[in-house]
Amino acid sequence: MTEEIIIAGFGGQGVLSMGKILAYSGIMQDQEVSWFPAYGPEMRGGTANVTVILSDERISSPTLTAYDTAIILNQQSMDKFEETVKPGGVLIYDPNGITHHPTRKDIKIYKIEGARIATEMGNTKIFNMVVLGGYLKVKPIVKMDNVIRGLKKSLHERYHKLIPLNEDAITMGMKNVIEIN
Amino acid sequence: MGELRLMKGNEALAEAAIRAGVDGYFGYPITPQSEVIEYLMAEKPFDRTGMIVLQAESEVASINMLYGGGGTGKKVMTSSSSPGISLMQEGLSYMAGAEIPCVVANVVRGGPGLGDIQPAQSDYFQSVKGGGHGDYRLPVLAPASVQEMSDFVPLSFDLAFKYRTPVLIVADGLIGQMMEKVELFDPVPRLTDEEVIERYPWATNGKPKGQERRILTSLHLDPYKLEKHNMLLQEKYRKLEAEEVRFEMIDCETADYIIIAYGSSARIAQKSIQLAGEEGIKVGLLRPISLWPFPKQPIDDLVKKGVKGFLAVEMSAGQMVEDVRLTVRERTKVEHFGRYGGVIHSPEEVLEALKNQLIGG
Amino acid sequence: MPELTLQDIIKPENQVYVKTKLMTDNTLSYCPGCGHGTAHRLIMEVIEELGRENETIGIAPVGCSVLAYEFLNVDMQEAAHGRAPAVATAIKRLWPGKTVFSYQGDGDLAAIGTSETIHVCNRGEQIVMIFINNGIYGMTGGQMAPTTLPNMKTSTSPFGREVLTMGNPLKMTELVAQLPGTYYVTRQAVHTPSAVRKSKRAIRKAFQNQLDGIPGVSFVEIVSNCNSGWKMTPTDSNVWMEENMFPFYELGDLKVNGEIVPKK
Repeated sequence: MTEEIIIAGFGGQGVLSMGKILAYSGIMQDQEVSWFPAYGPEMRGGTANVTVILSDERISSPTLTAYDTAIILNQQSMDKFEETVKPGGVLIYDPNGITHHPTRKDIKIYKIEGARIATEMGNTKIFNMVVLGGYLKVKPIVKMDNVIRGLKKSLHERYHKLIPLNEDAITMGMKNVIEIN
Repeated sequence: MGELRLMKGNEALAEAAIRAGVDGYFGYPITPQSEVIEYLMAEKPFDRTGMIVLQAESEVASINMLYGGGGTGKKVMTSSSSPGISLMQEGLSYMAGAEIPCVVANVVRGGPGLGDIQPAQSDYFQSVKGGGHGDYRLPVLAPASVQEMSDFVPLSFDLAFKYRTPVLIVADGLIGQMMEKVELFDPVPRLTDEEVIERYPWATNGKPKGQERRILTSLHLDPYKLEKHNMLLQEKYRKLEAEEVRFEMIDCETADYIIIAYGSSARIAQKSIQLAGEEGIKVGLLRPISLWPFPKQPIDDLVKKGVKGFLAVEMSAGQMVEDVRLTVRERTKVEHFGRYGGVIHSPEEVLEALKNQLIGG
Repeated sequence: MPELTLQDIIKPENQVYVKTKLMTDNTLSYCPGCGHGTAHRLIMEVIEELGRENETIGIAPVGCSVLAYEFLNVDMQEAAHGRAPAVATAIKRLWPGKTVFSYQGDGDLAAIGTSETIHVCNRGEQIVMIFINNGIYGMTGGQMAPTTLPNMKTSTSPFGREVLTMGNPLKMTELVAQLPGTYYVTRQAVHTPSAVRKSKRAIRKAFQNQLDGIPGVSFVEIVSNCNSGWKMTPTDSNVWMEENMFPFYELGDLKVNGEIVPKK
């Protein structure tokens, strides 16, 4: 199994940490993982994206031009990455702020209202975990208990009390992801 | 099995420094490697092992701190990125001349000049041809994964002290910034002062009672003496060439064509050879791990075996390819494909280049 | 009275002065009349008297004293031009129990190595810095130094140092005295017996500070002649130094026990 993912949105949406938790979850189930962010000037107030690969084999290129899954959280990223999903691949997006919705017919498209759900849950910071939940419903590549172990590894101990909240957010995401096409 | 962690290449390098029993890290921040000193400062290695971490006023000061510290027999290290490494060349030349061990990591970015902060491999010439003034070489190791960013730290120190020379670890922004699973090696305690004094009799850490003073210098005003000193250095370099060549081969046994690539480029090329395989083209990958000494023998063997051509893939306008050509000597085709200025080539365009330049060309 | 032979003269009972064993027997490469040799001797005498022969690491510069390691009989490193303070920093940090000193000229310390000098003195590294200021680049043949006086002739200011185009002489010692990381800053000379005695006391104080574990740099400038570079006889150069160098580079302590000494 190899899963090649791009996660893209605004800086501050938790794009990089979502990728990190996913990667750590992969390690918890003995997989090879890589996580490569776009870094540099584009980080400053602009878009953020990270390429995450989980595989049962040694990972070759950590940067890619085509992905099995694109998780898209703003319009710029939609414009940039819709075309990069492999035919038959998956695109998951939060419709919040999206004006041009995806149009491809050769891929599977899902919607997750992460921003709205996180606000309703009373903590906008768990937005990325809601989206992660949506993704894991569509592609259950890592088991929930490995995600929790991954969270424990990637969060500082003083935040471990927030793990149940994150778990709830993932569950809410799983429940609310909607298949569009 | 050692501890598993998800780490950036820069962080793995820093953690490995603590675990390898490094005595002192002296550095100056520069993107894309500032995580090294940030990690070290946050980890407080002084409390863990007694390791000193000092933010110097410049890369020039950093490298001269290595001169001083390495000259006393302590394990000292710095890291920087291309423009900072250029500033260190004078110090590296002095250390090569005075035969002072140290480890310097270069997380290469685009150049020339201030360039950009994206990954590049355009410091190959500077790394493998000496870099500063005078007749010298430095062993150069090129990690292609976060794991190797960790593993090459103790390896580099082994080489540095075995051969009394600075050793370069040449990575790039991609290896430095990416996170991967890394298995951390078990910590090695720092040598005690007494162990340092006993192991390295050349080191200047206070003249031993009843013995001659030690002098570390690269100055030999008598040309015949300097020539003799240089001959000794050359002997050392020949020994390194004979004993310290490192490389990896993937799918080369059955290959018609060979991609030669190191570091990040090797990772990308690995994907390209998979894509080639899917199209029925047999391509192998030769990955130099030691950029100097350069793996000439395996290239020569592949030529003799009758491969139809080599493609050097680099994030540069063509630097390592010169060493490939020197080895192949017109016996078969050698082409170069590179993206540069901080652009990373895609696996697909590498395959295209192979088809156009080697198969179709 | 029979004539003394050389062998008679060097008999222990006839000697009125014995050089410290921490000066090697190598012939000094300095010009006759130069102050470097005296400065070398004073440092080595102090290290011997403090019992630090086996615990000292010295750093030689680039300049006339590039070969200092030929004469100073302790462990020595030869640094790149201007970088001795950085070299000393790492040695002292890694071997806090050792005695570490740098020995630099004006070109080395006050021109190319300005950055290292300022930052070491600002960080307050626990080292001794010896600064020989003769207002000229001696080794390379008498070029203008950062400390060359206004209107002073050198091979790169053949009509005299014109301040408007060539800049002012730099009072590095006054500058470092202002930094919080210096503990003891003084300016001395070695051209007369009394100056030599004062210099030795200053050098001893500097090394004693380090031995006592007092944080901060002890910085000793020695204003010296360069009879070759100044194109004078040794005696004339000492007179010229008193008349021209000392009014500009005033002798005396600038900072003692971390406190600036008020100007008289």
